Amino acid sequence: MATHIDAAGVHYTPLNQQVRTAVAAGETEIVLDHVLGQRFIADGLVGEVTITVNGVPGGDLGMFMRGPTVVVHGNAEHAPGNTMEAGTIVIHGSAGDAVAHSMRGGKVFVRDDIGYRGGIHMKAYHEKRPYLVVGGDARSFLGEHMAGGTILLLRLNATGSFAERGLASGIHGGEVFIRGEVDDRCLAVGAVRMPFEEEDRARIRPLVEEYCRYFGADVGAILAGEYTRIGPESTRPFAGKYTWE
Amino acid sequence: MTIGSVPLRYKVTIDPERCMECGRCIENCPYGTFRKEGDRIIVAVSRNCTACHRCIAMCPRDAISVVERPVDYRSHPLWTPEAREAIYNQARTGKIILAGMGNALPLPSIFDRLLLDACQVTNPSIDPLREPMELRTYLGKKPSKLAFRRTETGDVELETKIAPNLMIETPIMIGHMSYGAISLNAQLALARAVHETGTFMGTGEGGMHPDLHPYQDRLIVQVASGRFGVDIDYLNRGAAIEIKIGQGAKPGIGGHLPGEKVGPDVSRTRMIPEGSDAISPAPHHDIYSIEDLAQLVRSLKEATGWRKPVFVKIAAVHNVAAIAAGIARSGADAVVVDGFRGGTGAAPKVFRDHVGIPIEAAISAVDQKLRDQGVRNEVSVIASGGLRNAADVTKAIALGADAVYIGTAALVAMGCRVCGTCYRGLCPWGIATQRPDLVARLDPVLEGEHVANLIHAWTMEISELMGAAGINAIESLRGNRDRLRGYMLDEGLLQVLDVRTVGA
Repeated sequence: MATHIDAAGVHYTPLNQQVRTAVAAGETEIVLDHVLGQRFIADGLVGEVTITVNGVPGGDLGMFMRGPTVVVHGNAEHAPGNTMEAGTIVIHGSAGDAVAHSMRGGKVFVRDDIGYRGGIHMKAYHEKRPYLVVGGDARSFLGEHMAGGTILLLRLNATGSFAERGLASGIHGGEVFIRGEVDDRCLAVGAVRMPFEEEDRARIRPLVEEYCRYFGADVGAILAGEYTRIGPESTRPFAGKYTWE
Repeated sequence: MTIGSVPLRYKVTIDPERCMECGRCIENCPYGTFRKEGDRIIVAVSRNCTACHRCIAMCPRDAISVVERPVDYRSHPLWTPEAREAIYNQARTGKIILAGMGNALPLPSIFDRLLLDACQVTNPSIDPLREPMELRTYLGKKPSKLAFRRTETGDVELETKIAPNLMIETPIMIGHMSYGAISLNAQLALARAVHETGTFMGTGEGGMHPDLHPYQDRLIVQVASGRFGVDIDYLNRGAAIEIKIGQGAKPGIGGHLPGEKVGPDVSRTRMIPEGSDAISPAPHHDIYSIEDLAQLVRSLKEATGWRKPVFVKIAAVHNVAAIAAGIARSGADAVVVDGFRGGTGAAPKVFRDHVGIPIEAAISAVDQKLRDQGVRNEVSVIASGGLRNAADVTKAIALGADAVYIGTAALVAMGCRVCGTCYRGLCPWGIATQRPDLVARLDPVLEGEHVANLIHAWTMEISELMGAAGINAIESLRGNRDRLRGYMLDEGLLQVLDVRTVGA
């Protein structure tokens, strides 16, 4: 039996305290009802728990989080998954800017669109690999300064090629998959097109399957499309920039 | 002409009368300046010398000397040798010049033109040997007023909730120098020193190596734009958290640790792959406004249960006072202001030498603005950037700082000669290097004692200076500009500093 918490009119600190208390008591299912703009939900939260957010959470949802699954039935604000370490965020809607900013592990699934700077400075280390999967579209600076991990942009309702500027500027690790074509002029400094082979399709299959499991779409139809794969020109983008005094 | 063939920067000589061919200079120089030739040691490549003095320190016979600029250029007041050589360098490479340590231009120091006061006859000075001198400082928010409540038993209880503060026994802390920029042994030495002297040090943006965990109660953990090494455990370990927005040595730009310094241990601590550049973007990409900063401050507090003070560090730039006033309203507990003389392992020379303003003016302007707006109690002010001695610290406090960070001074205490070649990663003193044989040269126990000695010595000097001025508590020194006089400073600067001229 899940713990229900009514978030109506509750400030984020007491709300998070109720969540932490429930998690500490061993609760594995928490439902937050009437969420309206409360920031920092599951901020720094550690544990194996599923938190269902009914409503629209505020910024930095799941920041520094390690382990929990957060399912949002609504849109999310600025930077869900910011500097997140492990766990899953599933957003049944759209999200704001800087989604998955500096994320180093876990997965973020957004059913619809995200704003600017999605997956900016995501990074990977050994077994820690972050994944950002977006069903709709993304704005400029997607994957900028990216140092590791995977961004998968499905553009399910888009027509025409991806045309947002500053794509993966300064990328020095990780990869960005975009379903369909990408305008050449979008590729920023340090970002290069890489071949998309059948083995790459096999690698993104589990992500597409997970997306479809959450949001109910046709795996085969999505996977069948053409994809553009973008990666780093070098792991040392600034190696040749300096001379010693 | 081959534009690469500039004159020698340093000329190294060995006095053959004194040299006993022990070979310590060869072993100690990682730049390959010396060589054995037959049964003699010769200076093979004087050009490789950085004037780090490691060979001189290790020579048992005082046989080595180093002379700077042994070759004269035609003298010219504008076209200095440095100006010409920078052009030769960039004409050859077409690149940005990378430099180490702080601002290297011969700009006048404001601290040196501020003079401290002392008592004579009336209002006698205080002898710190006899009277207790109160140097203990609390960093963090202070309530604007206190509310009390009487309990049923008649006792009086404090009703006001006091925000967490850091208690320091001396106003001197050690600033943020990351593992990666400096070695683990250097960080361990600093950690031992702050543990010993009751103060704190910063981790820098490099995460916290497990060997530092025993000292974590004395560490301020940094969250910078790359978020390297930042996870919930790291945040919970620190005594306080510092958001780094900018740095005095390179305001407005990010930083990057070159891949060759990202070995297995640095890789683990920063949580990035080995050999990859560690790139900290210029801005935090989740902070594009003062409201966003407030969000990060609160997010860090929320993640750590509102138990830790959160500092925000900025470089001293033209509008530093207005920026600090914004930070005071962001929920931050302290603002760190880093002046244009602040040190660094590596910065573009053009930034190091030309961007930012002096810490003296910045601190005074920040303190004044916060007081004018009635929010001085909302944040502590920490000054850093080129503080060389106890007098600089005392003057910074009299200009309005609560405490200071030192960086270069602490490294000099461990042997650093300010050669400014940190970016090469070959520091012969084991400080700014990750090469195991060089790191092993730095004994954390011994150098920790040296740094602690320095902090003790400066703390004693501050007590003496305060006593001489008839002040027995650091609160009475803070912002006490009446104890400063400006010597040969112009009227505009005296106004900014809110200090009168000597004789007035």
